[in-house]
Amino acid sequence: MNPYLPYSARINDAVVETEDGNIKTFRLVLENEEERRKFRQTPGQFAMLSLAGKGEIPIGIASSPTEEGYLMFTVNKAGLVTTALHQMPVGARIGVRGPLGNGFPINTEIKGKNIVIIAGGFAFTTLRATLIYILANRADYGKVTVIYGARTPGMLLYKDEFKEWEKRDDVDVHVTIDQEAPDWTGLVGFVPTVAGEVGPSPENSVALICGPPIMIRFTMPPLEKIGWTDDQVYLSLENRMKCGLGVCGHCNVGPIYPCKDGPVFTRTQVKSLPLEY
Amino acid sequence: MNKIYGLERADLEKWLSRWSEKSTVYCPDEGDGRGPASFSGWKVWAGDVLPEIKPGPAKCSIKTFYFPQPESLHTFSTASDDPDAFLLMEAERDRSANVLVGLRPCDARAVYLNGLPYSKDPYFQHRDSRTTLVGFSCLEQCSTCFCQEVGGSPFDTHRLDIAITEIKGRFIAEVLSERGEALVDGAGGAGPASDKEIAELDRLKNEAKVLKSDSGENLKAKELMALYNAGFWDSVADSCLNCGACTFLCPTCYCFDIQDEVVGNKGRRIRYWDSCMFPLYSQHASGHNPRGMKMQRVRNRFMHKLKYFPDRFGPLSCVGCGRCIRECPVNIDIREVLKDLLGVE
Repeated sequence: MNPYLPYSARINDAVVETEDGNIKTFRLVLENEEERRKFRQTPGQFAMLSLAGKGEIPIGIASSPTEEGYLMFTVNKAGLVTTALHQMPVGARIGVRGPLGNGFPINTEIKGKNIVIIAGGFAFTTLRATLIYILANRADYGKVTVIYGARTPGMLLYKDEFKEWEKRDDVDVHVTIDQEAPDWTGLVGFVPTVAGEVGPSPENSVALICGPPIMIRFTMPPLEKIGWTDDQVYLSLENRMKCGLGVCGHCNVGPIYPCKDGPVFTRTQVKSLPLEY
Repeated sequence: MNKIYGLERADLEKWLSRWSEKSTVYCPDEGDGRGPASFSGWKVWAGDVLPEIKPGPAKCSIKTFYFPQPESLHTFSTASDDPDAFLLMEAERDRSANVLVGLRPCDARAVYLNGLPYSKDPYFQHRDSRTTLVGFSCLEQCSTCFCQEVGGSPFDTHRLDIAITEIKGRFIAEVLSERGEALVDGAGGAGPASDKEIAELDRLKNEAKVLKSDSGENLKAKELMALYNAGFWDSVADSCLNCGACTFLCPTCYCFDIQDEVVGNKGRRIRYWDSCMFPLYSQHASGHNPRGMKMQRVRNRFMHKLKYFPDRFGPLSCVGCGRCIRECPVNIDIREVLKDLLGVE
């Protein structure tokens, strides 16, 4: 098997997620039925999306393995490949190489624990996969809390799904926006502030945090104040990647390769590394 | 016990002729590199006399052979009427067998070291499995050679299939692998080395061993962040131009970039050398760069070779060939950096 050769897939659906039009969610279906059956991602893993003639980009897998038959990727338009991808029509052919990386330890270390998901902006993608997986295996986990924020209501991802999650009584959802906005009746305030107000108990708990570095930095003090420690906190690193296999060298953070050794690390692990991400 | 042969120059040339019948035989090329089917720094053996193997490593490492510039990974069509358009297919691979003659032990050691991260890389493994390496031990070292300081030796046999030592005008060939044996079997023209020659070979090897150092083990024992935060990095990086010459000459700098190329309606995905000395190497699409400063990039190169790689795989990712020292336009010397690192408490 050649790990550089992507599976062939078709774009099955493409939805604009945000009001600025910069973020789209793509639903991909692998063309080969056997490959479709064999592709089993762990929430938190990523894949290389491959556009022949343009190149490859590493994108977190936004769908859970419990959602069978397709893969979801939520992509921010930022560079050459993502811009080309945003222009591709439904039905177009695309390559998928993966799943890559380790993912959240969803069936090992964090099984049976209370789960606190904290995210900002468009970093909710692999956490969506995680949340869907947890809800599909609800009995395997304790209390589930979600704290999610974006700049404006229009910049929130997965709005319809959030409405459904907010109705459930087996998951505690807190969605916030940075500043007051017309017609917004929900929480207002930055994610770190809301995390402090919600004050999830560290008892038998883990936190999965994805977002801009500044959000992560300010989210830690309110959690630490109520007893959270670094080894309970899981983060996902990202860096420029090319091979996704720990060979090409690009993504190294000191001695580790986020593409192969990560992208998920505990905060304890991240703190032992050079600040090169 | 390895088979050891003693050859006259003419016998060795006869071997090369026999090998040329079934394989492409390459020798170091100190000329303009435009020989037939040559890759930079190496040329196809012309079939006449054994070229002079100068002391020290050849100008270009055999990385130029192992990592072709560029290497095709996949091919695809972009023709709108092609049902397989934009479907990536594995690129055709070179099926020829190759024999590289005259490389130094440091270059062969580099193939062994690069093989550690590339253990599952199908392109590297394919090429390596079709390549036989015939090395020449070093009886004379250059002022920039320092293989013994980084775990190698002028008689190192890592990844070599045949090691040849020139003793008093005769060539003593030690066969080290099955692939080496396959070459020598049936090539004829060579008798076993004499007891005296074998004794002399042993003497030379033992003499070289005395210099061996354990820098690798020393550095592995040191704390990562103590080395990373050492005070000397700014002064090491001060004069660096970030030209990347060191990374391109280095036989163990194995990083690559992947890009797509389209000409007409035919495309291919290629990989080619990249260098951590360049700012774009680590720059995110957002513009954020985790190693945006020159010093961070210089530090990354040395830390990768001397700390990150050994921590992961064991040996240092440096063979002491000295090419980076020889060609650096501002005289940065990895031996000095190694010494600085070994001095960190």
